[in-house]
Amino acid sequence: MTEAFTAAEVLAGTKLPTMEVPISARTVIMGASASRDWQTQHHDHAWAVERAGTRDIFLNTPTQAGWIERYLTDWTGPRGRLGRLRFRMRSSVYPGQTLTFQGVVAEVTIDDAGTTWADLDIDLTVDGETVTECAARIAIPKDDDDNPWAKDAGSWKP
Amino acid sequence: MTIADADVKDWVGKTLDAGPGDVVVEQGLIQHWCEATENGNPLFWDDEVAEDLTGGPIAPPTMLSVWMRPLMWKPGPDDDSIRPLELHFQLKDAFDLPEGVVANNELEFHAPVRPGDLISTKQSVREISEVKETRLGTGRFWTIDVTYTNQRGETVGVESYAMFSYRRENSP
Repeated sequence: MTEAFTAAEVLAGTKLPTMEVPISARTVIMGASASRDWQTQHHDHAWAVERAGTRDIFLNTPTQAGWIERYLTDWTGPRGRLGRLRFRMRSSVYPGQTLTFQGVVAEVTIDDAGTTWADLDIDLTVDGETVTECAARIAIPKDDDDNPWAKDAGSWKP
Repeated sequence: MTIADADVKDWVGKTLDAGPGDVVVEQGLIQHWCEATENGNPLFWDDEVAEDLTGGPIAPPTMLSVWMRPLMWKPGPDDDSIRPLELHFQLKDAFDLPEGVVANNELEFHAPVRPGDLISTKQSVREISEVKETRLGTGRFWTIDVTYTNQRGETVGVESYAMFSYRRENSP
């Protein structure tokens, strides 16, 4: 249950539940629209194939970041506060594919401002092949009274 | 195939102050983002939760780049002077590489972004590679850093994009 989520349940090696997202043309185009990204390869099939040389339109980068955020905060609940995301796209994600998210906690640390950090490795796969690999750092509540969003500029060190 | 050879050292370290974005942070765009990523985080749907945890509504942190992208159209004289991630497009022009993809993206999140905020960006070129061959085509990798600040001058995020820009045999 996300409401009771605290760092007490989180250790190196803790696995996140797997999430599967079927990708349609609508997923790709709605993501492009929501990110206000009207580069042609994210909405025009013919252009993507003939000009960009890809097999179809594909998920843009901000949409992948948005799905990764959603995957992480489904796990932490609303008190989880993202610090950092670093991701590498090995291949594009196309309509008709199912995108599978898996994550594992690499390390849990507490910084000198008292923030509890979970560092995670997240793997986005299609048919078992990694399409995007991501290192994420998210602040999680140490206990029921802790709220990472209460950190101000001086004590927030992502 | 020839690759235009603009001078790399003229471009590394170049900065661009892109100023404030065209759109003010607002709830409709936040909802559209949550719709597109099926994000049910109550911070973005339940005002009481947002008030309790974040002192009022905020935007999902990963929306950072949304606040940088220009409107595709606005009234007034035609003006193409600023494009999204303008320095990337200037580099593509300078090196004559018509296609581009994002290879790596890094995001660091600072002060929360809230409805009503107006976000400004500064871009800088960190590095540019030698000419490389990949399965997409022949081109160069480069890294552009973007710093995002709100109207109070607070840093809300820092982003870096490693791009591969390239030319295909049938590129114009």
